[in-house]
Amino acid sequence: MDFNDSPDEAEFRERVRGWLAANAPLHAGPSECTSADQRLQAARAWQGAKAAAGFARISWPREWGGGGGTAIQQAIFSEEEARHDIPLGFFGIGLGMCLPTILKFADPDTQQRFVGPALRGEEIWCQLFSEPAAGSDLAGLRARAVKAGDTWTVTGQKVWTTGAHYADYGLLLARSDPSVPKHRGLTMFWIDMKAPGVEVRPIHQMTGGSDFNEVYLTEVRIPDSQRLGEAGDGWKVALVTLMNERVEGAKDRGPTTQQILDVARSVPHGSGTMLDDSAFRQRFAAWYVQAAGLKYTRMRTLTALSRRQTPGPESSIGKLVAANRLQELSNELIECQGEFGLLTGPRHAALSGSLHRDYLYAPGLRIAGGTDEILKNIIAERVLGMPPDSRADKTVAFKDLPTGR
Amino acid sequence: MNFDYSEEHQQLKREVRRFLERRCPPTAVRAMLDDPKGTFDRRLWGDIAGLGWLGAAIPERFGGSDLGYIELCAIAEELGRAIAPVPIASSLYFFAEALLLAGSEAQQAKWLPRIADGTAIGCFASSEGPGQIIRPRTVVASGRLEGVKIPVTDGHIADVAVVLACESNAPGLFLVELDQNGVEREHLESLDDSRGLAQLRFSGARAEPLGEGGAGMALADRVLIRAAALLAFEQLGGADRCLEMARDHALQRHAFGRPVGGHQAIKHRLADMYVKNELARSNAYYGGWALATDSSELPVAAAAARLAACEAFGFAAKENIHVHGGMGFTWESDAHLYFRRARHLSLVAREPAYWSDSLVTALVRAPVGP
Repeated sequence: MDFNDSPDEAEFRERVRGWLAANAPLHAGPSECTSADQRLQAARAWQGAKAAAGFARISWPREWGGGGGTAIQQAIFSEEEARHDIPLGFFGIGLGMCLPTILKFADPDTQQRFVGPALRGEEIWCQLFSEPAAGSDLAGLRARAVKAGDTWTVTGQKVWTTGAHYADYGLLLARSDPSVPKHRGLTMFWIDMKAPGVEVRPIHQMTGGSDFNEVYLTEVRIPDSQRLGEAGDGWKVALVTLMNERVEGAKDRGPTTQQILDVARSVPHGSGTMLDDSAFRQRFAAWYVQAAGLKYTRMRTLTALSRRQTPGPESSIGKLVAANRLQELSNELIECQGEFGLLTGPRHAALSGSLHRDYLYAPGLRIAGGTDEILKNIIAERVLGMPPDSRADKTVAFKDLPTGR
Repeated sequence: MNFDYSEEHQQLKREVRRFLERRCPPTAVRAMLDDPKGTFDRRLWGDIAGLGWLGAAIPERFGGSDLGYIELCAIAEELGRAIAPVPIASSLYFFAEALLLAGSEAQQAKWLPRIADGTAIGCFASSEGPGQIIRPRTVVASGRLEGVKIPVTDGHIADVAVVLACESNAPGLFLVELDQNGVEREHLESLDDSRGLAQLRFSGARAEPLGEGGAGMALADRVLIRAAALLAFEQLGGADRCLEMARDHALQRHAFGRPVGGHQAIKHRLADMYVKNELARSNAYYGGWALATDSSELPVAAAAARLAACEAFGFAAKENIHVHGGMGFTWESDAHLYFRRARHLSLVAREPAYWSDSLVTALVRAPVGP
């Protein structure tokens, strides 16, 4: 049991380190960008450089412009890349979720058309799935697609769409047949986000920021050639997209062990600091055990990849644990400061206010990409083999389902 | 990246599991609880010793197989899964580790071969009452030991003990043979009589120093850390088995017209068990790695492994009873055997609060990991 690279992996890591050392400094990092637009431009440039070197999607086959490498090589690259000041994060949804769906369901010309620009960071994708009335119950979505001749017309509202405001294309899941039970009446399309009738409005989140959007679709006309999979098979297509979501979503967030120590030391308590308080130490230890558990669970997943095995289901715990841990930890670290913990400005707030940002973000993290409850259902059903929930809507035509209003 | 059992380790685990499924079914554990003189399956212990598993982490020159700590971890995980009524923790994780850490060549040569072949059982005697021991009241003068140790896991069946005691006002570790005049042993009732507890009363028993005099507390801490890393694997095995029992029952038991496992209240409970077990597994591997490589991260890794394991097994054992409903509350159900063992294992090497504190102390000294 060790954390060492195999000889092949070590050689690959050396090559990646060399390339990053030569190329990363030529690109602006997030710390040098002053506006969101600058950040995006810098990210595009970096993505282009990676694509030219075969590092954009290492585990994809070369014929698609990938690196023809392995999943563990992709993981090694990401690990090394994270050591540099490089803007990341605009292309994950496209390359991780949308393009794999395109590659599986679109015709060869469409595949050819989109893969290259997405890899090079020239085009960005978003995913138009969730709706105001369809979150955990995604298959209950209502955006209506009506076909006349070779053209579909879609009207409806999407919500929580990451990156819709800068995306060029999107995957759209819509209801094509309300007369059959909900899972059977869906159809998947790809759409041009600049098409007439597509209107993007940022959501003002409880954090004060805007990372997501609402997308209004008003009689958006979509040629039938943009359909992915058969009409009515949209749910099956969506599962391919979503299968890749939770793999991407379990990154660390929140303060490091050192930062927690720093905050605790800054709070006087009795004759010492909060770090001497036994109740605080108990909680701190619990957070550490969770973080270590997540870290070493990732190592187990990487081990499976390194051995060319399919990783076990253990990675399914990642987002569930990370989000709840972040909520408790940020709550407690603020609380232990007393009234002073209310201050959020960078002049006074611990960790320049990042703790408060985490505190306000954590409720969303517990919902995004599968709520706590959906994730527990998934663990119970897919990992432990429990039967699916009993559903009142399984055999009822979508149009006859009660809607609560 | 190679952070998991190897194919050879998995092969060993399967072998141990097959053996224990045959030789140590829950009825064998239950027999210990039903018999007031029970607590220890002597034949099972002999068979395990005969297979060479007790010597996994003992050097070959002392009669061990020197396979390594990861192998011992794998064996411990399976013994924990079977809640085997054998003194493995006392004899190997505590006694053998204390000897390997602090014993002289002669002391190791005398005892380790007998520990490895199972002909001797060792135990570790530090506790003298409720709570933490600040300074032992047990004393050694002119090589003679006086005092009372309570409780001592497996003290009533062990041949030899490592005892924490003061000599000239300085705490040290001492090696004490238990089959001698001046040692009085009493088996005490406890929550889990498939791993029994005893009181050892010493009145003038011969005791020889183990390791440097005066270094007793530090040595005892180091033994405790190593034992914690190994115990985590036993706890993990037990927690996994509890989840399996609960899962099997939830699929088979029907209520409200369907398997109870189809109801979210049960599903989510099972998912919570799974999450804790996986966190415990990953932390246990971290502890196993630190033990096997003698890493400077061992104090952090062992504490994290211990905490995650206590949390997982404690939770899985109590929720397993709950998922079983009224049936789970009966003596006939195996669920309480795990509930008892979970409590036992979480206290034999200091309680979780101690480990939380010691984890933070270690992190303050050197923040490692995430």
